[in-house]
Amino acid sequence: MSTPARTDDRAAADTPRAPRRRLRGSATVLGIQLALVVAVLGVWELCARQKWIDTFLYGQPTGVWHQLVDWFQNGTQAGSIWQQFEVTFEEAVLGFLIGSVAGIVLGVILGRVQILAAVFGPFIKLFNSIPRIVLAAIFVLWFGLGMSGKVATAVVLVFFIVFFNAFQGTREVDKNLVANARILGASAWKVTTQVVLPSAFTWIIASLHVAFGFALIGAVVGELLGAQRGLGLLINQAKGSFNPNGVYAGTILVAVMALVAELLITLLERRLLAWRPSNDRDVAGGL
Amino acid sequence: MSQSEASEATPPIALRGVTKRFRTPDGSAYTALRDVDLAVEPGEFCAVVGPTGCGKSTALSLIAGLETAAEGTVTIDDRPVTGIDPRVGFMFQQDAVFPWKSVLANVSAGPLFRGASKKAAVDRARDWLRRVGLSGFEGHYPHQLSGGMRKRVALAQTLINEPRILLMDEPFSALDVQTRQIMSDELLDLWELTRPSVVFVTHDLEEAIALADKVVVLTVGPGRVKDVFPIDLPRPRRVQEIRFEPRFVRLYERIWESLRDEVRTAYARTAGEAA
Repeated sequence: MSTPARTDDRAAADTPRAPRRRLRGSATVLGIQLALVVAVLGVWELCARQKWIDTFLYGQPTGVWHQLVDWFQNGTQAGSIWQQFEVTFEEAVLGFLIGSVAGIVLGVILGRVQILAAVFGPFIKLFNSIPRIVLAAIFVLWFGLGMSGKVATAVVLVFFIVFFNAFQGTREVDKNLVANARILGASAWKVTTQVVLPSAFTWIIASLHVAFGFALIGAVVGELLGAQRGLGLLINQAKGSFNPNGVYAGTILVAVMALVAELLITLLERRLLAWRPSNDRDVAGGL
Repeated sequence: MSQSEASEATPPIALRGVTKRFRTPDGSAYTALRDVDLAVEPGEFCAVVGPTGCGKSTALSLIAGLETAAEGTVTIDDRPVTGIDPRVGFMFQQDAVFPWKSVLANVSAGPLFRGASKKAAVDRARDWLRRVGLSGFEGHYPHQLSGGMRKRVALAQTLINEPRILLMDEPFSALDVQTRQIMSDELLDLWELTRPSVVFVTHDLEEAIALADKVVVLTVGPGRVKDVFPIDLPRPRRVQEIRFEPRFVRLYERIWESLRDEVRTAYARTAGEAA
């Protein structure tokens, strides 16, 4: 049998020069980014030293640095800094995992079963319209000062984002692909796991990037409202003792955590969406 | 029904007095097929031609069990179609291979869905990939292949289930003319191996005559069967060359005579809508 279309596959391969050009471009971008950071911090520090701004209210970069060094060397009032880091991370990760699994499962079920979507749709919209940060205060009453209240706050923040994306992703699945799978012999369960889920995953993963940020917000806000441990507690204590450098230092630690989590989600995305053309992946990775 | 039992005999297909209506977005009913009678004998290659929007694809969905008729009966083996028959294979007009599965996983999907062991499915998939000339591309993803190669994957994916009824909805319409002719030859070679009944929908009359035992002309929508032409060209056929034979040309002229008015009416309608 002849194979005339074989010549075409060479076009699909990446040309070897492309990655090097991209690398040079990213070095330039990185350079400009570093220069920007140095400039902003430099101006801030200069303003603080010249007493143009009040360091009692606005802090200064070197002060933030000293605060960080102090926390890492001497610990905090609530224990070692690593412990605070770990508590907040655990709350956020637990909230993220529970919220996204629940969101994906319910989103896919309601996306697949029209009658359930019709019945539960209005209720979900109703709950979604509640400003969920307010719930954090109720959770402090319900769960006390421990971790579970923060996890619950993170869960309610994460769930709705992931749910709506999973639901929409399930609805947008190519009908031809579903028909093809059914004719090839797939059961409803196999259609869900092998066609609907992989297809909806493009939508779901986009929501996961945002969702971890929200999980972290849930954890930190919960800690601000009342906690015995965690980065939110450090920020709250620093605020209470008029220590702006402490507030900034705590914020930086939260940001570092968010960046690490973002990196992990991007790695997961690369793995799960390896089947997509590389152009799509680059766009997603750049964000 | 088990796989082996299903593949023993090739069943006939029949549409009797079939009417199919769809609800349009504005709420009115649109009749896609009206009172269609069509019979496909066991092992027969039947091509259905007609202008755009004459309900060709709808007829295939009815046989496949993806849609149900408003009136009339659709039967396979003299039994009414109530759902997806395991003996049916379907090749879609658009790409319907799974983009997140490798070529090998796409082709082995059918046997795996039907409960074959992983090893048996993969062995059969490799065998079919060899038959469609895609050995060495097992690990590729569909987006890394050309349009023609993706169609071969779809063909192998469909044929690996050894369907006794093969439904094809303009499967090669997205390909360039040369690739399409080569794919048509390959399809005929593979069809000769197992001889399923085929309903091949196309808007390309040349393709229809070159492939089929019988060409059915549908009228402009709502589609009815206008004429049925037996194609008595000898087999095996080579699609690229058969077009030049005098008998082919005479058949083409006769069928085109029948099809021309429908195509013109369809064109006038869409042109009228556009204006």
